[in-house]
Amino acid sequence: MSTRALLLRRHSVLPGFNLSLGFALLYLCFVVLIPLSAVFLKTFTVSWGTFVDTVTSPRVVASYRLTFGASLLAALVNGVFGLLVAWVLVRYRFAGKRIVDALVDLPFALPTAVAGIALTTLYAANGWIGKWLPFKVAYTPLGVFVALTFIGLPFVVRTVQPVLEDLQRELEEAAATLGASRLQTFARVIFPALAPALLTGFALAFARALGEYGSVIFIAGNMPMVSEITSLLIITKLEQYDYTGATAIAVVMLVAAFVLLLLINLLQAWARRRQGR
Amino acid sequence: MSAVIDSGKRVAAAGADAPVRAHAIALPRAHDAVSEPARVRRTLIGAALAFLTLFLFVPLVSVFVQALAKGVDVYWAALVQADALSALKLTLIAASVSVPLNLVFGVAAAWAIAKFDFRGKSVLLTLIDLPFSVSPVIAGLIYMLVFGLQGWCGEWLRDHDMKVVFAVPGIVLATVFVTFPFIARELIPLMQAQGQEQEEAARVLGASGWQILWRVTLPNVKWALLYGVILCNARAMGEFGAVSVVSGHIRGQTNTLPLHIEILYNDYQFAAAFAVASLLAGLALVTLVLKLAVERRVRQQIAAAATERP
Repeated sequence: MSTRALLLRRHSVLPGFNLSLGFALLYLCFVVLIPLSAVFLKTFTVSWGTFVDTVTSPRVVASYRLTFGASLLAALVNGVFGLLVAWVLVRYRFAGKRIVDALVDLPFALPTAVAGIALTTLYAANGWIGKWLPFKVAYTPLGVFVALTFIGLPFVVRTVQPVLEDLQRELEEAAATLGASRLQTFARVIFPALAPALLTGFALAFARALGEYGSVIFIAGNMPMVSEITSLLIITKLEQYDYTGATAIAVVMLVAAFVLLLLINLLQAWARRRQGR
Repeated sequence: MSAVIDSGKRVAAAGADAPVRAHAIALPRAHDAVSEPARVRRTLIGAALAFLTLFLFVPLVSVFVQALAKGVDVYWAALVQADALSALKLTLIAASVSVPLNLVFGVAAAWAIAKFDFRGKSVLLTLIDLPFSVSPVIAGLIYMLVFGLQGWCGEWLRDHDMKVVFAVPGIVLATVFVTFPFIARELIPLMQAQGQEQEEAARVLGASGWQILWRVTLPNVKWALLYGVILCNARAMGEFGAVSVVSGHIRGQTNTLPLHIEILYNDYQFAAAFAVASLLAGLALVTLVLKLAVERRVRQQIAAAATERP
């Protein structure tokens, strides 16, 4: 073994390090890194002024407002109901619990286009759900929120559930012994223990919602300035052969996604430290 | 806690049957300290189920009801229509290329990461997860920038009479990108938990690298591998955004099943759109069932590996 290889890794009797790592890195470069770098390199070909003008034009800003606003609202609703669903699944018994537990993952497994047409048909003015509502949901920004709530649903449940399962019951018993009411125990003992997982799930649902396309475009109505999400705007620009404009908006969304990814990693590290103690 | 409730119920029932032991009825109060009153429990369960019904069950059921709304004949006609069949074929092609490619990558990456120590491992792990945080539309866009007519290879491809975007290779590439992390992500944690003692023992006994991989490592991770393949396949067949960007929507040529659904829906052929959608919804349900069966084994394996190795 050469000295350079020694610096790179600790000695092991197992073969195949160079082959497996080499292949993995090559594949990673060709499938992910090189194509992804195209977005940033393409952006460098335009001047800073053009870039700023593109990503701050009124129609684009309106799409950010809708995308970030609806994603935030959907992630908040998922935070509340995801915690509730996780709690009910871990703590209570009821008929059909295993089926409910399995179906929570449906938004992961169901193709987004299928979810999109199903939700649109349900929430249209004459749909099963839409006809009971006094206000319009489909083809309004509210529809965007409904679709994003659907696709973000599993994230909070699946991050909170394992933490809740591992929670030590002794802590709750101790709190009760010391005279805390059930609500106090939840607020002061259980909730703080769940908080990192809850925040992680919230951030994951938010990140997923930001980039969502398939389930939203059917239900949104896609009116410029009103119900047009940023992902759709990127496609619209591409269809007009405005590659530079599409890429500039994509860079903004990618940076937002990467910042969120970093935040999620920090949250998870925090959650692990919390659990470790 | 449920055990506590059950014993409470049993005590209460026993108390009702035998009034002599009436003092036992007082016991159930003890569980109140670490659970909620029945009224609260019922309200919480009701609220959770109402939310899930509205956002999960009703949409799922509606797919199948809408698909059969105009009868079985219309349903069947929508599935055997020429465009639907060619969309199905393209979907199967995309999945049958992207799943094996990402499987080989997943095994290679997991072998390097789990069996060896090297610098930059955590960076590599983050990079493997990267496609998850890239929006599907942007995943399609990057291939337009590389292979599109205005892209890096655009002119070269045109001169050599080759097409990537608005053709099958572009669809396959976009699918490979969005399904990239699935198998690696399932394998890496399990193989890290299992460590390398068994492989080292096989090595000492004279096994070659490939023998170790086939006879020791892969049998140890077969459930996680299957689980990764299931998830990867479901996503490959259902991907919409990324494929939509690079497809060009040429009917009968570059339409996958999800894109075919979009075209039918926008043509107001709702029953046909839902008929094709019901195929993919069925696939999603099969995925969930398999996931249920396999996920538990994988979790048990990781837990077992963690307790065996201090």
